[in-house]
Amino acid sequence: MKQFLSGNEAVARGLYEAGIQVASAYPGTPSTEIFENLHPYPDIYHEWATNEKVAVEVAYGASIAGVRSVAAMKHVGVNVAADPIFTAAYNGVGRGFVIISGDDPSMHSSQNEQDNRHYARAAKIPMFEPADSQDALDMIKEAYKISEDYDIPVLFRMTTRVCHSRSLVETGEVETVEAIPYTKNPKKYISAPANAYIHRKELENKQQQLAEYSEQSPFNQMEIRGSKIGVITAGGASLIAREVFPEDTSFLKLGFTYPLPMKLIREFSKQVDTLYVVEELDPIMEEQIKAEGIDCKGKDVFPSMYEFNPSILKEALTGEKEPFLDQSDKAVTRPPVLCPGCPHRGFFYTLGKQKDTIVTADIGCYTLGGSPPLSAIDTVICMGAGFTVAMGMSKAFEKTGTPKTIFGVVGDSTFFHSGIPGAIEIFYNKGHVIPVVLDNSTTAMTGQQDNPGTGYTLMEEIASVVSIEKIFEAIGYEKIITVDPQDLDAMKKAIEEAKASEVPVAMVVRRPCVLIRRIKREPALCYVDRDLCRSCRRCLSVGCPAVFYVDNKSMIDPDLCVGCTVCLQVCPFGAIKER
Amino acid sequence: MSEVTTILLSGVGGQGTILVSRVLTRALLDQGYDVKMSEIHGMAQRGGSVSTTVRYGQEVHSPLIGYGQADVLVAFEQMEAIRWTPYLKRDGIIVVNDYKIRPLPVASGQEEYPEDYLETLRSRFKTIAFDAAKEAKTLGNPRVMNIILLGAMAEAFQMNDFDWEKALEKEIPERFLAINKKAFLEGQKLAQNASL
Repeated sequence: MKQFLSGNEAVARGLYEAGIQVASAYPGTPSTEIFENLHPYPDIYHEWATNEKVAVEVAYGASIAGVRSVAAMKHVGVNVAADPIFTAAYNGVGRGFVIISGDDPSMHSSQNEQDNRHYARAAKIPMFEPADSQDALDMIKEAYKISEDYDIPVLFRMTTRVCHSRSLVETGEVETVEAIPYTKNPKKYISAPANAYIHRKELENKQQQLAEYSEQSPFNQMEIRGSKIGVITAGGASLIAREVFPEDTSFLKLGFTYPLPMKLIREFSKQVDTLYVVEELDPIMEEQIKAEGIDCKGKDVFPSMYEFNPSILKEALTGEKEPFLDQSDKAVTRPPVLCPGCPHRGFFYTLGKQKDTIVTADIGCYTLGGSPPLSAIDTVICMGAGFTVAMGMSKAFEKTGTPKTIFGVVGDSTFFHSGIPGAIEIFYNKGHVIPVVLDNSTTAMTGQQDNPGTGYTLMEEIASVVSIEKIFEAIGYEKIITVDPQDLDAMKKAIEEAKASEVPVAMVVRRPCVLIRRIKREPALCYVDRDLCRSCRRCLSVGCPAVFYVDNKSMIDPDLCVGCTVCLQVCPFGAIKER
Repeated sequence: MSEVTTILLSGVGGQGTILVSRVLTRALLDQGYDVKMSEIHGMAQRGGSVSTTVRYGQEVHSPLIGYGQADVLVAFEQMEAIRWTPYLKRDGIIVVNDYKIRPLPVASGQEEYPEDYLETLRSRFKTIAFDAAKEAKTLGNPRVMNIILLGAMAEAFQMNDFDWEKALEKEIPERFLAINKKAFLEGQKLAQNASL
């Protein structure tokens, strides 16, 4: 029977069918649910790694040791993991090894929309691009075959809409894959210059062999329906193109896109009068096709930014628009906000009141501390940069004589991911920075995944908790202030104490995320006594979705409030009370 | 090109749009359709605007649509009706929850919540509007607001021959089933009574 699966669920099922045994990932939208859907398969060892580089190295180690393995991450995670990927390409694999990248065109939940297809060309590794859930399942299984047949890691590139769209999937049989007994092979796995020099040429030869596979791959298929227009397309864009181009358009749909099947492309181009290349984001296929001297239309017609949809392609192609009612001027934006009861609120509210303060933050829910009305953040760049950008600013301010206190802010999972080297950097190179870990005891933004600080593993085993305080202590920080951000007086005192410290100081701001399911909470509620409310709007400045202003008084939505009392603590008139 | 129908669900993170789209797709699959459904996770879930696209027909390619392509819009909140109407066809059907969740710029008094929107919708689309939150509270569980809206949509879009009861049974846990079945019927009734 067919199942209705998301791309991520289909990949998880495909990994199971492919007989993988070791799986390592760092959570990141849109890739997170792949690993959450490995739960039904306890025979597969699956884990949240501390970061993406670690995930790739763990999975690669398992491959070297002789079992099929996978590493998964969001697109920017591949930047973190790029180092081992490029060298694994030289060495080759033991059992099949696949790296999954979840790209995010239109940046639904990301800081950029980089096109990770570039990584396949740059690292010279083969690449699959599924268009829907059936593709995802079928191609991930083929990816292991290719990895083993050609002795090379494979890049499996998905996009948000492929990951998060659901469609019918025919599942298959589970393959029995014997482990390859490990034997020491220093020429293959010691990446010393002499070995790498030899591997370099082997990698080049593999490119040729993979190009031959690409010509024959069952995932690169021509569909000839007419001779006027031909479309070369891949991944999610292929599904949209199918709806937009006329019925008699011929298609060359590519699922294996590096190396490209140039002979097949040339043959296809000869069968049509006008050739289009329809690809989301960068003109990667188009440039390679044009370099072969094949004439085609591509980014001169279709956008090279943001996610495609049928009206975008149709308008680009024909200039026609569907009639629609434009009310965009009327809709007030609804930006994502910190949840009611979010522990980050008390921290950012208090810090936002401090004068001459710079806050360099990081990737996570706490990025939202930069939005109005809290507006308490100066920079957010990437995982780990919360500490290190602060360091650079402090050195610049030393040069320019700028008297600012700098708080470098990362979350608990980010601290374990790439915050620790920054904490060491600040201490070692004498930065005037106060490193702060916002420990909400979960990886919240991606949906409450466990991490080394939570006491559980992905497979729901009890784990030893890594102490953030002890790490700071081991580095050499002489004062470590731990504080509950929901107590605003204590929070303010802690910040002032940190600012006044003569010795290297670090802060751990700790309270669990209100969404953690395994923590049971007593239901609590705050309300506004409208007789006491003096309409000062101070409570609105905490930026809580439960607090609003109507008929010149504040009100609290009882359906949203969780009784964290942050608004109560800021009210100067005692008008907010606990029920 | 084969006929593909699109139902767009819009709301605010946490309102239960995903559950509705699951029941809806279950009913469509049981009816023998090819279905594609696309949802957005991640940052938008933190109280932001969310949408789910459900497309069905003999064969569906794209999981996504653009402006002017949806046959039906089910808006779980007023502002999310306004925001997503550009995606609705000229003669489309819209089911609106006459209910407000104030976005932060409105809650903090920086911006006004638009008030005259229903007139605009009625002049342009087949519009069904009622306060599903109130109806859900009357039924005894505010969370079934979403299934009331599903029932209203099934009625308004004449999907009455679908086996909704079976779809609800497959997607909703046993202990919430009875109230959700009641909510669905209530939604159908409300749509019958609402003036098109």
